[in-house]
Amino acid sequence: MPSPVSVVVNGKPVSVPSGTTVAVAMMIAGHTCRTSVTGEPRGPFCGMGICFECRAVVNGIPHSRSCQILCESGMDVRTDE
Amino acid sequence: MSSAHSFDVLVIGAGPAGIAAAVRAAERGVRVGIVDDNSTLGGQIWRGGSDQQDESASKWRERLRDAAVFTLPGKRVFDQPVAGVLLAESDHELCELRYKNLVVATGARERFLPFPGWTLPNVLGAGGLQAMVKQGLPIRGKRVVVAGTGPLLLAVAAYLRKHGAQVPVLCEQAPWSRLAGFATALVSEPTKISQALRLTGELAGVSFAANSWPLAAHGQNQLETVTISRSGKSQDIPCDYLACGFHLVPNIELPLLLGCRIHEGFVHVDDLQQTSISNIFCAGEPTAIGGVDLALAEGQIAGLAASGHAASAQLFRQRERARRFARVLDRTFRLRDELKHLPSPETFVCRCEDVPFSRLRNHASWRAAKLHTRCGMGPCQGRICGPASEFLFNWRPDSVRPPIFPVRVENLAALDDSQRLAIPFATGDAYARPNMK
Repeated sequence: MPSPVSVVVNGKPVSVPSGTTVAVAMMIAGHTCRTSVTGEPRGPFCGMGICFECRAVVNGIPHSRSCQILCESGMDVRTDE
Repeated sequence: MSSAHSFDVLVIGAGPAGIAAAVRAAERGVRVGIVDDNSTLGGQIWRGGSDQQDESASKWRERLRDAAVFTLPGKRVFDQPVAGVLLAESDHELCELRYKNLVVATGARERFLPFPGWTLPNVLGAGGLQAMVKQGLPIRGKRVVVAGTGPLLLAVAAYLRKHGAQVPVLCEQAPWSRLAGFATALVSEPTKISQALRLTGELAGVSFAANSWPLAAHGQNQLETVTISRSGKSQDIPCDYLACGFHLVPNIELPLLLGCRIHEGFVHVDDLQQTSISNIFCAGEPTAIGGVDLALAEGQIAGLAASGHAASAQLFRQRERARRFARVLDRTFRLRDELKHLPSPETFVCRCEDVPFSRLRNHASWRAAKLHTRCGMGPCQGRICGPASEFLFNWRPDSVRPPIFPVRVENLAALDDSQRLAIPFATGDAYARPNMK
């Protein structure tokens, strides 16, 4: 088994297997990735970096496509409001 | 920070077509680079993962390593400021890529059609959900409705089942009559028969419903139930995920930007996979949706041609055979007109800008709709709502403008004058546009 990686999703620590993407970590934590222009919660959709629905704030960088980023220990992830 | 590379043959896209092109060119001794926007090579179909068992994929990966191809993963090509020079962006830097000959192998994406509730969290693309599971999403014991059209749905349902998901129903919009024709065509393809038989085994316990499609997804803050139309009757199915997709559309933004001739939505190529521009070749899904066999044949022909070599007659025969299969795919999974009536007036067609169906239906063209509603002007730049609108309203797609992917402002600022020329700053809203409220 790959060793787990701990990331922080909206302030709460979440432990995921290494190789997990940030989008998946957010789904596991039960958090959506972004809020749409009319205020709808949105989660990952296309899973391949095209639709931009999985945009989140990763280590302070907004609009990061979380489905294209692998979790790293200590990463801070937030829903893109 | 920026870097620059120069190649005899540069390949854009590291799926089967791109890898095959890079390998065949590099094995002839020329300097070859391969770029992909994903962090790992393999494209959507050979996506890495612990359960990677595809023999053909491992064989090609090995040849790629042995042929000393220079790999540039995690880089998105966004502009060609002058002929022969591409600009790409990674998370950390800007990258200039010079080429003598180019092979475009940008693959395809799923086509999505809007229906009420399709923006709810846990409604995902079929390939998208599969990718998520490969990237660590626990799926054991989860209920997943798979719906839409195309052979990918079968592969996804089989994959999910194998990983412990329940698939209460697989909805395929195509009618039985056309699926029967598809089955007949499979019989003439020995490799496809074994694939089909393996799938049949893996799909035991999945209820396959032809003439069926999703009508609506329901839930408070996330998906709870899907309503499907099953052979004319509507039925509610509680589920954890809806995996939907309506076959594939080619990624032709880059060949469009480069000025390659497009014919009926696909890149026009000659017998050697050469586009209308003499040093640009194209292989795989951008020329026709034909799957991995066609991609490998076209990729090899393109790679050889781009390095100045002729392909064998056998390779051309393989391509012809795969092209016949592509035509069968196209006929079988053509979208039925009923699907044009799925959106309600409130259903968002453009997910980036939350533009509802009611605001779009009265516009005469994609361009008019974009100007008046911002449809297609969000970060995905119309990659999702464009193909949907083309089907819903018969709008012709527009030309593309650089950058073809959103680029960070700091990277744009780092461009020197020669690189900056191609970028029309007047159309600023295509750039790294933040989520405006």
